[in-house]
Amino acid sequence: MKQAKAAAKSATDTKSNPKQNLEVDTTQATVGNRFCENPKMSMRDVNVFYGDKQAIYDVSVDIAKNEVIAMIGPSGCGKSTFLRSLNRMNDTVDGCKVEGEVLLDGHNIYQQNLDVVELRARVGMVFQKPNPFPKSIFENIAYGPKIHGLADSRVDLDEIVEGSLKKAGLWEEVKERLHQPGTGLSGGQQQRLCIARAIAVSPEVILMDEPCSALDPIATARIEELIEELSQNFTIAIVTHSMQQAARVSHRTAYFHLGKLIEVNPTEQVFTMPEHQLTEAYITGRFG
Amino acid sequence: MPKMSFENHIMTQFDEELEEIRTQLMEMGGKVEQQLKNAIQAVIKADSRLAEEVIKEERLVDEMEVDIDEACILIIARRQPAASDLRFVMMVTKAINDLERIGDEARKIANHAVILSEQDGLSQGYKEVRHLGDSVSGMLANALDAFARFDVEAAMRTLEEDAQVDLDYKSALRELVTYMMEDPRSISRAINILWVVRSLERIGDHAKNLCEQIVYVVKGKDIRHQ
Repeated sequence: MKQAKAAAKSATDTKSNPKQNLEVDTTQATVGNRFCENPKMSMRDVNVFYGDKQAIYDVSVDIAKNEVIAMIGPSGCGKSTFLRSLNRMNDTVDGCKVEGEVLLDGHNIYQQNLDVVELRARVGMVFQKPNPFPKSIFENIAYGPKIHGLADSRVDLDEIVEGSLKKAGLWEEVKERLHQPGTGLSGGQQQRLCIARAIAVSPEVILMDEPCSALDPIATARIEELIEELSQNFTIAIVTHSMQQAARVSHRTAYFHLGKLIEVNPTEQVFTMPEHQLTEAYITGRFG
Repeated sequence: MPKMSFENHIMTQFDEELEEIRTQLMEMGGKVEQQLKNAIQAVIKADSRLAEEVIKEERLVDEMEVDIDEACILIIARRQPAASDLRFVMMVTKAINDLERIGDEARKIANHAVILSEQDGLSQGYKEVRHLGDSVSGMLANALDAFARFDVEAAMRTLEEDAQVDLDYKSALRELVTYMMEDPRSISRAINILWVVRSLERIGDHAKNLCEQIVYVVKGKDIRHQ
């Protein structure tokens, strides 16, 4: 509801500025390269509602395997809502309704008998604020593999924990204190712990919702480097408020505005020669 | 196609900074244009005083280049420009380089004007200097004008003129060689004129570069080396 309100507010804000003519033509299709061959995820005509307010309008886009796709746009544009519809995080929001198809390897994740817990193991999520469990570093990572039955023995579990922490670039910093609380780590370390936790259950896709906005520049740089490395094994969709971050880490950039997907193009094109006037206005800092 | 404009940034200071480097670039362009005209006049009129002035004033062009370059670096560092803003700032850093080189060539022409004014001889070769000088000055003026209006069509028309300048340059060389063969006493003079037309031809190339940069900044299309 809050997001829909924000979207409506941002619409009036834009209109009230006579210098700009940035209204969205809702009949206009997304510009750019939306689709790819053999996509990991395919979204078709996705509409998301909070009660009777519509937050996402007819979004169709593919995410390729091992791609990093960044979603950018002003507050209330629907980018987080859209991201959350990719692993049914929106199910937890009262009155939220998703229409259209979200396909993971060709299967609709909104079909009725689907196991949402298993889905979220395949499509993991990292949130804005690091949210480690109030448990030890080891237990933070081991929890997921245990409940999903991914480890047959203690040795397996040790391997998963070590491997996940290594992939998240945290192993060297915490290997001596695996049994101390995860909450005792610094913010940047906690976020890498959350990434390690997400990858411990061997997901195929990782959704990141502003994963660096609570971190300092050094911790941010570490996470960004990590994203680059992770993309060799995972498909990553990242929502970010930092355009420079989108420019640095992503292969393609999707620009959302008032619930519409305005443009999807290779990142190098979006930041040098965007196709749509609205994308241009946003990334050059003319509104947002 | 997004329109070129420096307005409407949320940070209005950024609008002003972009407008400022645009103004500075136009000033530098105007100065360089004047230097070129004076240098050509100095050759044709054997006016060593005017030539000395061009030589002296080149320092101002150099200073302008340094100032604008600094302003561009600051904008990149502070604002992280993107899309059309980024293309514009990058274009300016290249354009000032071309303008500075045009300033250099104008000074070289002025140097030769001083030498020529001290040499006796006929006015042979001045016709070529005047003709090529007019074409090249026109190209530069049109390029700057196209830049002021971000006019891609004008830029395309102007850059196409460079082919004619190159042809005129070659024909001027042939003329000069003919003079030298006809009268070996003219060789020393003719060689000085030859350096002048060579500089003019180079200036045509730089004006062409400016036009290519205008196309890049407006359309995002790199048309160099095509």
